[in-house]
Amino acid sequence: MPKMVITVNYSLAYGAKLSRVEVVAAYPITPQTTVVEKLAEFVANGEMDTQYVKVESEHTAMAALISASLAGARTFTATSAHGLTLMHEVLIWASGSRTPIVMGNINRAMAPAWSVWADHLDSVAQRDTGWMQIYAETNQEVLDSIIQAYKFCENNEVLLPCMIMEDAFFLSHTSEAVDVPEQSEVDAFLPTFDPPEKLDVDDPKGFCSLVMPDWYMEFRYLMYEAWNKAMGVIYDVVEDFEKKFGRNHGALLDMYKCDDADAVLMAAGTAAATCREVVDDLRSKGKKVGLARIRFFRPFPTEEVRSLAKEVDAIGVLDRSFTFAHGGAFFSEVGGALYNSPAKPALKNYVAGLGGRDITPKTLSRLFEDVLSLPENGTEKEIEWVDLKDAPPEEVS
Amino acid sequence: MTYDWDPKCYKDLPHTAIMDRPTTHIKTGVWRTYRPIVDKEKCTDCYICWKFCPDVSILILEDGSIEVDYDHCKGCGICAEVCPVKAIEMERER
Amino acid sequence: MGKITIPEEENMHPGHIACLGCGGGLAMRYTLKALGKRTIVSVPACCWAIMHGKHPSFALGVPLVDTAFEVTGASISGIRAALDAKDIKDVNVVGFAGDGGTADIGIQALSGAVERNTNVFYVMYDNEAYMNTGIQRSGATPPGAWTTTTPVGTTQDWKKGAKKNMVEIMVAHDIPYTATINVAFPEDFIKKLQKGIDIDGPKFYHAFAPCPTGWRHPPELTVSIAKMATDSNVFPLFEVEIGKYKITRKPKKRIPVKEYLAIQGRFRHLPEDEVEQMQRRVDREWELLLRKEEFTADF
Repeated sequence: MPKMVITVNYSLAYGAKLSRVEVVAAYPITPQTTVVEKLAEFVANGEMDTQYVKVESEHTAMAALISASLAGARTFTATSAHGLTLMHEVLIWASGSRTPIVMGNINRAMAPAWSVWADHLDSVAQRDTGWMQIYAETNQEVLDSIIQAYKFCENNEVLLPCMIMEDAFFLSHTSEAVDVPEQSEVDAFLPTFDPPEKLDVDDPKGFCSLVMPDWYMEFRYLMYEAWNKAMGVIYDVVEDFEKKFGRNHGALLDMYKCDDADAVLMAAGTAAATCREVVDDLRSKGKKVGLARIRFFRPFPTEEVRSLAKEVDAIGVLDRSFTFAHGGAFFSEVGGALYNSPAKPALKNYVAGLGGRDITPKTLSRLFEDVLSLPENGTEKEIEWVDLKDAPPEEVS
Repeated sequence: MTYDWDPKCYKDLPHTAIMDRPTTHIKTGVWRTYRPIVDKEKCTDCYICWKFCPDVSILILEDGSIEVDYDHCKGCGICAEVCPVKAIEMERER
Repeated sequence: MGKITIPEEENMHPGHIACLGCGGGLAMRYTLKALGKRTIVSVPACCWAIMHGKHPSFALGVPLVDTAFEVTGASISGIRAALDAKDIKDVNVVGFAGDGGTADIGIQALSGAVERNTNVFYVMYDNEAYMNTGIQRSGATPPGAWTTTTPVGTTQDWKKGAKKNMVEIMVAHDIPYTATINVAFPEDFIKKLQKGIDIDGPKFYHAFAPCPTGWRHPPELTVSIAKMATDSNVFPLFEVEIGKYKITRKPKKRIPVKEYLAIQGRFRHLPEDEVEQMQRRVDREWELLLRKEEFTADF
């Protein structure tokens, strides 16, 4: 298995190539551009046997992929921020038409104010579009997640699309050593896409048709069933993947040193990688802390969160987005999962790192200490804006 | 109107909204206010009415003559209008 | 016994739920007669998104995908890419969209598909307003027309501004083939579509399709009005093949525009001077078309 030192954007391109994607439709946006460039290079050099539709917008990219997928092709795109939010309408069309499209989304802050740096609002705002959402932590996970995603998305019991998130620049442009599997290994793991129905002149059917109020709800219920089945399928695929490739990035919730923890911080994306270092450091000092990384925001790991709640006294939820609501979206969902849970640990929300601000080990260390103190000090301050410049800095004399 | 292929519960549905039943079971003829009557004596079998029917409701029979498919004809009257020999009359439905 | 002048094969079933005398119904029927069974159709929000039936009923004999309003050009690009990926070469891919879905909300995706030289057909069936939503003005509504959003009222608030010229917009893309077609001339309609089968690249068709409901005319007059549109030069029939113009019907006896307008309720309010102005515009455009044909004759 060759090791390559590549950026996450190249991990996305290699993942698509190894998955033998048949149709790519993509439009450039910072910081995703090197994905579309690398794919173009693969196609131009004949290294990738793919139809690459160089579209005039992200909306068209997604719309083209939906029709391509309905025609039976495996499809891929990548985007970011404004590109993703421009797709909003057709994201719902993709899940409703049950097309298992896989997409990379470089998490970038939404304007205004203009920003190209890491923030999760773009994808958090697509929470309700019927897409699975993976928030990746490392380059290796990105490449592996693409291969995994095709396998569980294209499962006939599932047939749902998946977006895989990467923090802008922290991940998208950072090079790491990545195990790039051989094509034959991926081929052995990932069968060709064979949907139960497709646009076929020899069996003419109409897709995405008009449904009256008498059956619309039942079609939605079928998607609810698919979501429930998806969770089991994801666990199976993650297990198969580990057997085949020897790597496991966690399933829905990725636990790190949570077993005997008193306090756990839940985080997603690159902040989770920093959390690991901080957990190790605090553990060495005898503090029983752990990290529960939100790998999947959709489907939401409700049962996993409830199991965790039984074991810990306090949970902090880190949101790298502000959703203009009471708290961050991750926080609301964790809180929602805990409402009917018998165990209700203390719960606090940390809004941090918006617009690409660093979330440093020092900051995280303080947050872990704060979570540890919650059972004693209470959660009167339920939501904290972390490292906010809320007063002039004290003068150093 | 119910049909034997109608789903009974969500388990009978395809995974997404897929259409596969020809609309021929929908009897749009019930919409009709005016009924086209073909005068076989006058008709020259020129098929111009067949050509311009938006509802595919003029049938060409094996013997080459035409017949109106009253199950589906909505009575728009285009056939009577385009007939060069005025062989089709629109009669009010009773 | 007469001669059947268009293909006998039907790829559209009766029982579809178009209004009486629907020009859009004829446009689909002719399109599928021309292109045959090995055709995939993409339909955005428009009358046809309803007309083909509700789940599980289906009026077409070829595969179809319903898409969002503005994405027809994107959808057909995706289907063609999927077929190419599977090395399927003998299937026609058709975008079949209304005038609003083409000239207004869908113009970007169409422009992109044409610019990429995608091997597809695109038929804009033009009923000159948003008819499915109830007769609201579109960029393809002709000046002077009443619609529910240009309701005339007491302030002469009819449609102002020109009708977007989609064929010229396509010519500006250097499209391999574009043509006007009209449901009153099915032989010409079908011939032009079939011509496109052998042309690799995008083919754009502007199909004239009267709407009795929206134009306020009796349903039996759909074909007659459509014929008058061409014979008054309001809607000339021509084609442009890589920049070369060819008029495919030159009316022997030109009908005054006034007569064409008079039988449609949507123009009832128009004062005489507006009608005269419209005649002058039609004459000017026809003259321009004649000169384009002459100017490009040697291309």
